[in-house]
Amino acid sequence: MNIFFYIAATVAIISTIMAISGRNAIHALLFLILSFLAISVVFYLLDAPFIAALEVIIYAGAIMVLFIFVTMMLNVGLERKMENKWLNPRMWIVPGLLAAILLFDLILALKVSRTIPVGNQVIQPKQVGISLFSTYLLAVEMTAILLMTGVIGAYHLGSQKKKVMHRFLEKKIKTC
Amino acid sequence: MKEALNIAGVLFIALTIAAGLIWVERRLLSVWQDRLGPNRVGPFGLFQVIADTIKLFFKEDWVPSFSDRPVFIMAPGILIITILLTFAVIPFGPDFIVFDSNIGILFFLGNSSLGVYSIVLGGWASNNKYSLIGAMRASAQMLTYEVFMGLSLMGVVMMADSFSFNAIVEAQKGGWFIVPQFIGFIVFFIAGLAETHRLPFDIPESEGELVAGYHSEYSGMKFGMFFVGEYLGITLISALIATLFFGGWLGPSFLPPVFWFLLKTFFFICMFILLRASLPRPRYDQLMKFGWKVLLPLSLGNILITGAVLIFFK
Repeated sequence: MNIFFYIAATVAIISTIMAISGRNAIHALLFLILSFLAISVVFYLLDAPFIAALEVIIYAGAIMVLFIFVTMMLNVGLERKMENKWLNPRMWIVPGLLAAILLFDLILALKVSRTIPVGNQVIQPKQVGISLFSTYLLAVEMTAILLMTGVIGAYHLGSQKKKVMHRFLEKKIKTC
Repeated sequence: MKEALNIAGVLFIALTIAAGLIWVERRLLSVWQDRLGPNRVGPFGLFQVIADTIKLFFKEDWVPSFSDRPVFIMAPGILIITILLTFAVIPFGPDFIVFDSNIGILFFLGNSSLGVYSIVLGGWASNNKYSLIGAMRASAQMLTYEVFMGLSLMGVVMMADSFSFNAIVEAQKGGWFIVPQFIGFIVFFIAGLAETHRLPFDIPESEGELVAGYHSEYSGMKFGMFFVGEYLGITLISALIATLFFGGWLGPSFLPPVFWFLLKTFFFICMFILLRASLPRPRYDQLMKFGWKVLLPLSLGNILITGAVLIFFK
């Protein structure tokens, strides 16, 4: 089982690096999808099949489709020179240092503290559902309200009256 | 050993049906349209499939120079892989199942949402206006109908108390779920039509306006994979309808369970073809409006009522 975990984790890391270093926007998004799939495999191996399935359905399947949809319409890929100018290598120094400190911290923490072994029992979808609707009910409701704001916003933007006139005709009327 | 046999059996049945459907669809369409259809090659024109396949293999396999090459080649493969993977969790018989997963339905939904990529990426990588419009329509249509597809199945899940397909079939021993879950069945059937983008919902590839939509630039066996993928999709949705709403492999014991399963599946495949023969294609905005304003409230109401009734009788 361990070997599968390391394979999936390696795929996740490599594809995430490809996603953030890639120049072609769609290819970068495809690598990001691959990394979501790899993370889903990791979840499955950690005996959380329900979360693994949700990772694929929601992240890889629904949200990334929208990202690809938007990127597809933008027709990006020609503005590489601009990106090179904006992202000069010196900008990486401070974030790199901070991330290195975090990594050091993490390794220390892993060495010092004892980790809780996972994989004692498979967590069934039913258990997840019950805890979502009892222990974490407030969080679920609040998330629902947060999503509702998005729906209301979309309704507000989409509810503008439909123009029946053609845009050329409109100009003509204005000039008259 | 038994697992290997199961995998081989499932693959053989799925691929044979999908390939055979090319002939079945053309013959059935011609019956309903008062024509003869392909009847020249072999008995009843059965070898038409083989002739078509040979033709596809010998066509020039052209990758357009203006396309995004790796994505263009990858796209048809994604379609076939996601659909064939889903067949792994469908029980063809009590023991005739590759992987009896306790997240079976979620596995199917995940795969079907990944299947969208093949069409979106295929259309985008072709770098062609018509293909791009087809891909755009496909992504909006499939994303929309995925929502109801998932929601319409939740009634069945509640009644069977499990995500596993085998458990759902076992739960139907007292009666098929088509009776209490009729609304769920209707929504699932329509969503299935939209997911496989079959007529009347073949808006992503509507040849009248978009040449062939997302697969305009495809030729040879890459086109063939999109073509077979569509038939595999029909087979999959029919198998799912038979499993979830019509008792799967359950049936009188004078015939083996696999036979009952295939019979039910084949009936729904014929329904798909009949719908193609009889219904015109709606407009794109009509499709979206119908989805969000009719099917979404219907499926949500179905969940509400099913849950209330189940709690009341518990």
